[in-house]
This record gives sequence, structure tokens and C-alpha cells, in this order.
Amino acid sequence: MAAHDRVIPLTVVAPDAHEDHDQDLYEVRKKIYPRAVTGAFARWRWATVFITQLVFYGAPWLAWNERQAVLFDLAARKFYIFGLVLWPQDFIYLTALLIISAFSLFLFTAVAGRLWCGYACPQTVYTEIFLWIERKIEGKHLARMKLDGASLTARKFFLKAVKHGVWIALAFWTGFTFVGYFTPIKVLSGEFFTFTLGGWEAFWIVFYGFATYGNAGWMREQVCIYMCPYARFQGVMFDRDTLLITYDQTRGEPRGSRSKKADYKSQGLGDCVDCDICVQVCPTGIDIRNGQQYECIGCAACIDGCDQVMDKMGYPRGLIRYSTLNAVDRHFGWRDMLKRVFRPRVLAYTTILWIIIAAASVTLFLRVPFKVDVIRDRTALAREVEGGLIENVYRLQIMNTEEVPRNFMVSASGVRGLRVEGSQQPLAIGPAATQMIAVRLRAEPEAIEKGMHRIEFHVVASDASGNPQPDIFSIREKSMFYKP
Amino acid sequence: MSDFTGGFWGISVAVITLVSVVACGVFLKIQSTRRPALEAGEQADLHGNVWDGDLQEYNNPLPRWWMWLFYLTIAFALAYLIYYPGLGSFGGTSAWTSAGEHQAEVAQAEAQYGPLFNQYLKTDIVELARDPKANAIGQRLFLTYCAQCHGSDAGGGVEFPNLRDKDWLYGGDPATIKATIMNGRNGVMPPLGDALGGPQAVKEMANYVRSLSGLKHDAKLAQTAAPKFTICAGCHGADGKGGRAVGAPNLTDTIWLYGNSEDSIVATITAGRGANRLIPGQSAMPAHKDTLGEAKVHLLAAYVYSLGGGEPPLPAPAAEPASAPAAGPVAPAK
Repeated sequence: MAAHDRVIPLTVVAPDAHEDHDQDLYEVRKKIYPRAVTGAFARWRWATVFITQLVFYGAPWLAWNERQAVLFDLAARKFYIFGLVLWPQDFIYLTALLIISAFSLFLFTAVAGRLWCGYACPQTVYTEIFLWIERKIEGKHLARMKLDGASLTARKFFLKAVKHGVWIALAFWTGFTFVGYFTPIKVLSGEFFTFTLGGWEAFWIVFYGFATYGNAGWMREQVCIYMCPYARFQGVMFDRDTLLITYDQTRGEPRGSRSKKADYKSQGLGDCVDCDICVQVCPTGIDIRNGQQYECIGCAACIDGCDQVMDKMGYPRGLIRYSTLNAVDRHFGWRDMLKRVFRPRVLAYTTILWIIIAAASVTLFLRVPFKVDVIRDRTALAREVEGGLIENVYRLQIMNTEEVPRNFMVSASGVRGLRVEGSQQPLAIGPAATQMIAVRLRAEPEAIEKGMHRIEFHVVASDASGNPQPDIFSIREKSMFYKP
Repeated sequence: MSDFTGGFWGISVAVITLVSVVACGVFLKIQSTRRPALEAGEQADLHGNVWDGDLQEYNNPLPRWWMWLFYLTIAFALAYLIYYPGLGSFGGTSAWTSAGEHQAEVAQAEAQYGPLFNQYLKTDIVELARDPKANAIGQRLFLTYCAQCHGSDAGGGVEFPNLRDKDWLYGGDPATIKATIMNGRNGVMPPLGDALGGPQAVKEMANYVRSLSGLKHDAKLAQTAAPKFTICAGCHGADGKGGRAVGAPNLTDTIWLYGNSEDSIVATITAGRGANRLIPGQSAMPAHKDTLGEAKVHLLAAYVYSLGGGEPPLPAPAAEPASAPAAGPVAPAK
């Protein structure tokens, strides 16, 4: 019985399949016409639509020191994010970002189900925008059904043409904005208006635009149901204390229509008036009253829809509400549900998430924007030069990731009397540039034994006349000195 | 591919490929028309299989139009196998090969980057050596193609000449440097131990050679060897100052390609020097005109010239050194 308690009950619904005793493995897709809904949760969704799209469409147009503020220059392998310039060597920060995103998803899903799917996923956001356009042009859901069922008239053709025209324009703008993160968007605009777009630029604008148009205009809930892997694995993260969209069966059943004035309780009816609003508003076409289903993206449209009906009937709100399976079964209040938020898995996710955020922030803050790699010459390990001195040759790969020119001094230590030979110090490097310099180190043969010796290079920032400025950067890199 | 001279493997691979593609289509057809029968009382949206006593799978049918995408992939596979090589030894109607694609990319890169290098061909090497932009390109070429032997700083090492100093085996004027890189050099010091008359004679000669550049030596041994230096003089000259025609090093200066210890000199005389240890069969300094082309060699020559050891250009280009790699049968090194 205890084992049974941990299972999330899925009520099996067998629509009219009882009469014929076989089934299809493929079915004709039924187009869904979700009814528009207003309410608290719909407002939340529109808020995230506005915020995410303001950032997405707006960011490429911002400027920072005469360059685009957010630009991922793949050809030059430099990734500009406002004042920060990331190089391929900083790839670890992308890893950190991905881990943070993953653990945020785990945490939010464990606490409150598919919040990401319902409110912030691009699939949801663009479907919401495309549905809004569809509604403005073709009318409400019933009008759209009627229009699709009618034979082709001039009016129908006109409405469809306008709708697809607006969709394609928006999709194109989306693709254009996307490519604008990789090619400076002002340059891209110029190229577009003079018909000189590069082949790959044109391809990605069309590809990303087509994906937007196809996914938000045509595919819609099919993406969530058949394609999206996150949709499936989020279901595994639910437990009996996860906030889900829940229909209160004990309160609602038995469902049935009734007169508003009638004493429905004496008729043996529950609170559900069987108005079907919750089914009509559902973007994935399910009936939430059948319990948790894998199609449910947690958008809470049915909560908004049901609350309006409850208000009209004069019943308390929340027949469909955010609740946990334990809360429904055991009649928990908010206080009990809140207490159960602090359960081991949530605490574990939270702890890991904060540790990674803290570690990533600290390393980003302490990041030295000047990088040095020492590459030892490998064929000729050492040579003897005038006066019998031992000389080793190294290549120093210097990377100045900041957008200011720098001067720097190179020295080395680890072997008595070790000195840098020949190069004029201080050395100079341009802004956001990389440079390879050959460095010769010399040591007295008497100072060291034969064989390998650990040494360290010091690269220190300096002013133009060679006065060290170690507070800008001071880097140590290990290498080896060889005496044959 | 020489193991597969017969047609059997090609045909069997083609048959297996085609049968697999067709089988995918047949399997898809069976699956999409099958309507699993249900026993009485069973609910229709369960798959009908039961595992572990009570575990059942829902039937979540895929939209039918998605199924046509599967057929599309089969059509694509067949079209691909006709157009590209894939069916056994059949080359495809497009005659595409990976080698051909690589050659096309090389040609494209040549067309794209060639002009960047070729523009410097017109400029004289002495002048080019003062052009910082050309030198930046030259340095990158040097680090890629030359630094493995001559060192990242061009300072050389044991058996690889230093390109920064004023000592040249074949000459440090621009035309000779370019000729050296273009055609390579294969100066060889032959083994002369037996010719001199055995280990004792070699030891004596080593002492004589050390005496030439003022190093510590046994004067008595050196004196004994002095008359025999005629054997060496053919390349190194009677005064031991070397000969550039065959790249014979100057034995009187302080620069030693293989070290100046008595042991090292004995080894040089006894066994000879100069064969390429790294690439068997190659000359000591490989030719680069085929791998790099003249434009890159021109830039490299200018870079080497700029390092400080360059000599002024020869007055008249009457003798064309570029066409004559010094390949004397007896070209010693020290």
C-alpha cells in the first residue's frame, strides 16, 4: 500500500473505443482551437511574453563602445556581452550557464511542475503570440472552427492570406533578429536592403524564421507532445508534493449542469457544472478532470477559465487549482503545502544550484582578462651559446581579451641566474588581440645539474616605460628548463 | 582497397543496403496498418502488453502525417544512393569523391588566399624585410613550417643552423636564402675515418681542427695531422675557412653545428654528418617549392633576411643559384 501511495494516479480514459476491439498506432491529428482566456495566470504568461521578447528583439540593437553590446562573433571567436569579452578559452562559463539552467529547471519542476513549459518556453511564448494574431484576424475559436469548415470563399482566402502574411513577417523578423546576434544587426540590415546578404546569413534567417512559423503556427502542441524531451522527463521529477494543475474530484463530482438557483447539493451534484470551459481553453486539447496527463504543459488556462465560471455561479474559486496530490488527498491548507516544499530533493537542488551560481560568479569576477600559454620548443630542447651558456626557447601565446592595449614584462625564475634574452621589454599587445612571441631563456651551466628543472614565467602588466603594474594583472605559468 | 579486387564485396554490400532500406518501408507499412486486436474487457488505449505483473503501456498514437515523414526518409535514402557513392562500388551519378571535394576546397582556398601572398612576390626581398606586415606573415609561416628544426626564435640548435647570426653555410644574400628554402640543401660530410687511417689519425685530425679555431688542443697530435688536411681541403679549403659552393662550414670560427668537443669532432670525421635524421631519404634541408609555393617562400626568405644576419644582395644575378642545389658528393659539416 505504501508503494502504491507514491504513484501518481493516471485515470484511464477510454473514449469511444469500447465498441471496436482494435486501435490505430497512428491517428489523424485533430486541430485544436483553444478558446481565449483571461485571468491572473494568463496575465503572468503575457508578462513573461513581453519581457522575454523585449530582451530578444531589443538586445541586438544596443550599442556598447562603438560596437554591438551583445554579439557572438563566431568567425573571430569572440563573444561580446556588454563589457565582457569571452574567448573560446572561457568555454567553462557556458558549461556553468548550462548547469545552472538545468538545475533551475529541476528545482522549479520539483516545486511547481512545468512552470517553464507553461510560462516561458519559446514554444509557448510564440504560440501565444501567433494565437493572438490568429484571433485578431480570424476571430474567436468558434469563428475559426466555422471558417476552417466552410468552403473556400474570397473572404476566407483573404483572411487566411492576411494571417499567414503577418505570421511570416513576424517569423522573418524573428529569424533576422536571431542572425543579428552573430552578424552585427546594423550591418545585416544594410546587407538586407541592398540585397547583399551572405549565403549563410540568408540560410539561417530563413531557417530560423521557418522554424518559428512552422512551430508556432502549425505544429503547436505537437512539439510538446511528440518532440520535446524535456516535456517527458519533467514528469519524472514530480512527486506527491509537487504543485500541479489539479482538479478537486471530491468537490467537483458528480458533475452535471444545473440551474444557478437550484440547491444542487440536495440533487447530489458536486461543484463541477460540466461547462467544458476547461477543455475548450486547453492548448493541448486534454480534459484536466481526468487527472494528471503527460500532455499537460501546466499553463493554468483551465484554472483561469474555471475560476470565472465559479465566480458566475457564486461558488468558491479553486475547483481547478495549483495543488499537490497529497494536499488534495489529505485536505492540506497552504501552510501544510508550504511546509512540504522544504523536502530533501528540493533542498538538494537548491543547495547545488546556489553553489554553482556562487562558484561561476566568483570565477567570472576573478577572471584574469589576460591569458598566457607557454609552449616549449620540442625538437631542439636546448642549445649552447657564446660563453657556454645554456639556452632554451619557448613560445608564449599571449591573449589580451580586453578591449584596451596593454604593455607587459616577461621574466622567469626557478633556476639561479635565469634571464630572458634578447626581446625588448616591455612588450606591447593591441586590444582584444592574440600574439605569439619567441622567448629565449639563458642560464649559467654551472648553476644547474643536467636534466629538467621546474621554472616559472612571470608576465606582469606595465606602463609604456616598463614600470610594473601588478594590480592590472600578474600571471605565473609553469614550464621546464633543460640542460643537456 | 587492394584486398577487395573481386566484385563480391561491392555487390553484397549493395544488396544488404537495398534490402535494409526496403525492409524499413515494409516494416513501416505493416506497423501503420496493423490494428492490434484487444481481448474482451481490455481498454482500447492500452498497448496490450503487460510486464512485471501490472506494468502496462499507453498507446499514444503519433499523428498520421508524421508517418509520411518516415516514408520521405526512405525516398531520400534511395535518391541519395543513386546520386552519391554508397551502394557497394557504384560511384553514384554525381561522381562525388571526398578527395575531389578536398581538392576543390584547396583550389578555393588558393583562389581566396593566394592573392594575399602573391602581392608580395613583386617586392624585392631586402625591401620586404623592412615591411612589418610582410614580416608578421613571414613569422607565422616560419613558426608553422620552420620552427620545428630551427627553433621558434630561428636560433637553431645542434645540427640545425642558427639563422640569426652572420655565419652562412651557403650564403646569406636574399637570392641564396630563397634558393635554399625553395630547393633545399643536402650538404653531406662523408665518413673519413678509414681514409685518414684509423682512430688514432682521426684523433690527431680532431686536435688539428680544434687548433684552427684556437681551441685547447694537443699541439703534437695536431702537427701530425696537418699534412693530411689535404683530404679535407677539397671542401673546407686549405685554410679551413669553408666553401659555400658545397656548404662546407668554416672551421676557424667559433660556430659549431655539432659541437666543438674533441669527441664530437671525432664522431663527425669518423661517421660523417648531414643525412636527414627526421625524414629518411630527405635532404637535410628539405625543398619547399612544391609544398609552399614561391610566394610563401619569398615571404619566408624576407623574414629570415630580416632577422639580422642577412648579407647584401649579390651584384649580378649571372650565376643563378636557385637552379643549382649544392649537391656535391663531398660536402662536409663540422
